[in-house]
Amino acid sequence: MTVTSPVRVPPRAPRPDGGRRPDADVTSRAPWPLAVPAVVAVAFLLLPLVGLLLRASWRDLPRLLLESEASGALRLSLVTATIATVISLILGVPLAWVLARARFRGRGLLRALVTLPLVLPPVVGGVALLFALGRRGFVGQYLDQWFGLTLPFTSAGVVLAETFVAMPFLVVTVEGAFRSADLGLEEAAATLGSRPFATFRRVTLPLIAPSLIAGSVLCWARALGEFGATITFAGNLPGVTQTMPLAVYQALERDPDAAVALSLVLLVVSVAVLALLRERWLHPGATL
Amino acid sequence: MLRPLLATLTAVAAVTALLAGCGSSTSSDAEAPAHSDSASTTAPTSAGEITVFAAASLTESFTTLGKQFEAAHPDARITFSFGPSSGLATQIIEGAPADVFASASDKNMDAVVAARAAETPSTFATNVLEIAVPPGNPANVTTLADLARADVKVAVCQPAVPCGAVAAKVFAAAGLTVTPVTLEADVKATLTKVELGEVDAGVVYVTDVLAAGDKVTGIEIPAGVNSATSYPIATLSASKNPDLAKAFVDSVLSADGASVLSAAGFQKP
Repeated sequence: MTVTSPVRVPPRAPRPDGGRRPDADVTSRAPWPLAVPAVVAVAFLLLPLVGLLLRASWRDLPRLLLESEASGALRLSLVTATIATVISLILGVPLAWVLARARFRGRGLLRALVTLPLVLPPVVGGVALLFALGRRGFVGQYLDQWFGLTLPFTSAGVVLAETFVAMPFLVVTVEGAFRSADLGLEEAAATLGSRPFATFRRVTLPLIAPSLIAGSVLCWARALGEFGATITFAGNLPGVTQTMPLAVYQALERDPDAAVALSLVLLVVSVAVLALLRERWLHPGATL
Repeated sequence: MLRPLLATLTAVAAVTALLAGCGSSTSSDAEAPAHSDSASTTAPTSAGEITVFAAASLTESFTTLGKQFEAAHPDARITFSFGPSSGLATQIIEGAPADVFASASDKNMDAVVAARAAETPSTFATNVLEIAVPPGNPANVTTLADLARADVKVAVCQPAVPCGAVAAKVFAAAGLTVTPVTLEADVKATLTKVELGEVDAGVVYVTDVLAAGDKVTGIEIPAGVNSATSYPIATLSASKNPDLAKAFVDSVLSADGASVLSAAGFQKP
């Protein structure tokens, strides 16, 4: 159980440049000051998941999932996260294009502001949403007075909270793709008489499709895991606003075994997301 | 390309599982000597630090009691963790390093005692529910029956939390079917939704309405249908400073403690 010998990284497939000897052994052997912390890091990241798997009462799993509010919460989570992703696509892709291509003053500031939810603690986002769109919020009070529309404690409120937190992930991913997309192809389309929006739709979008998919999955996964903004802004009611993370949190107080069972469901969904993105993330040298 | 990665991951997972196994066995081995150790070298005076897990409804009164206790015992420091009794009970059973637990219901304390994490709790107060409405009472709530109206947005605590369990009892006693818009994590979260005006009414404790001052208005629930909940307190077996923990529990149970609690609206058990 001692980690004394350096971890040997298995040789990779021959490099495309083919110039170097594959066994040049300069980088393939990790020096121990790197190997030991790396192993600790991996253990640290995997240990909690092992804890979850060890604690799971596998025999009771079906009963726990059927008895708890799991199915309703899972359905609500899947539906709201998907709607939040669709809204993020409809609004976020144009925003990403503007941030990447349009030239105007204050663009850097705008980018910083709209990506703020990336780093903002979600519960702060929930409080902010409450004071903007809540029943007494500066926008929400008019929604209530004029349209009789209140968003807190509704499934629409859940979608809103999730979109607020998740859309920046899509925007950042897609913006990067717009930046690195080959302008030459768009120019070629333009010289052939394509109108700007047609070029965007038929040339640019297909060009950035991989990033669009990656950004959508990332956004969807973030929406699926949303907790802080949801419980703050949308409250907690089974079937209406209680998403999976909220159900896990609530179950932990009543029946930890049920919380573990619900967590396993989310773990499976997360692994599925990772599998979807494997080309992008598990590829050596991949970036977001 | 994937195979070496998978091999590495599998190896690491195996190592991690081993580590986890070692970790849990060593910690349980180490626990026993550490315990007898602390028993043999107990500090005779009430000095040191303790952590008190207390029901959310005790936030104001226990903060006051804690300050008084620290004033009387200058070498003592008390850290409070306020939250839903059910959640605190789970944390204690799962090994959270707390010294004292004050629950808003016998049920959650019983769970802790059943897990052998505490012994012989004493009841120090009881509490009853009240309806809290935002200032101005926008939905014109005047009786308990108004909470069953379709146009009244009601927040209650989730059923696992004492205030939620008692609220369900009260609704049942009054023969009402109340459909809340949200089941909040603890009584203070319910109160907050009322203070913010996001709901028209919330079912909280009498003590919470009192503590909120003019941020909410209280509407009494008739004694005939109202239900009380008991507040038990106990020192925890895992306490590293059982003397100080006991001293704090004694101060809560003392006449001074009772006067702070009754000023906050709690009733004597």
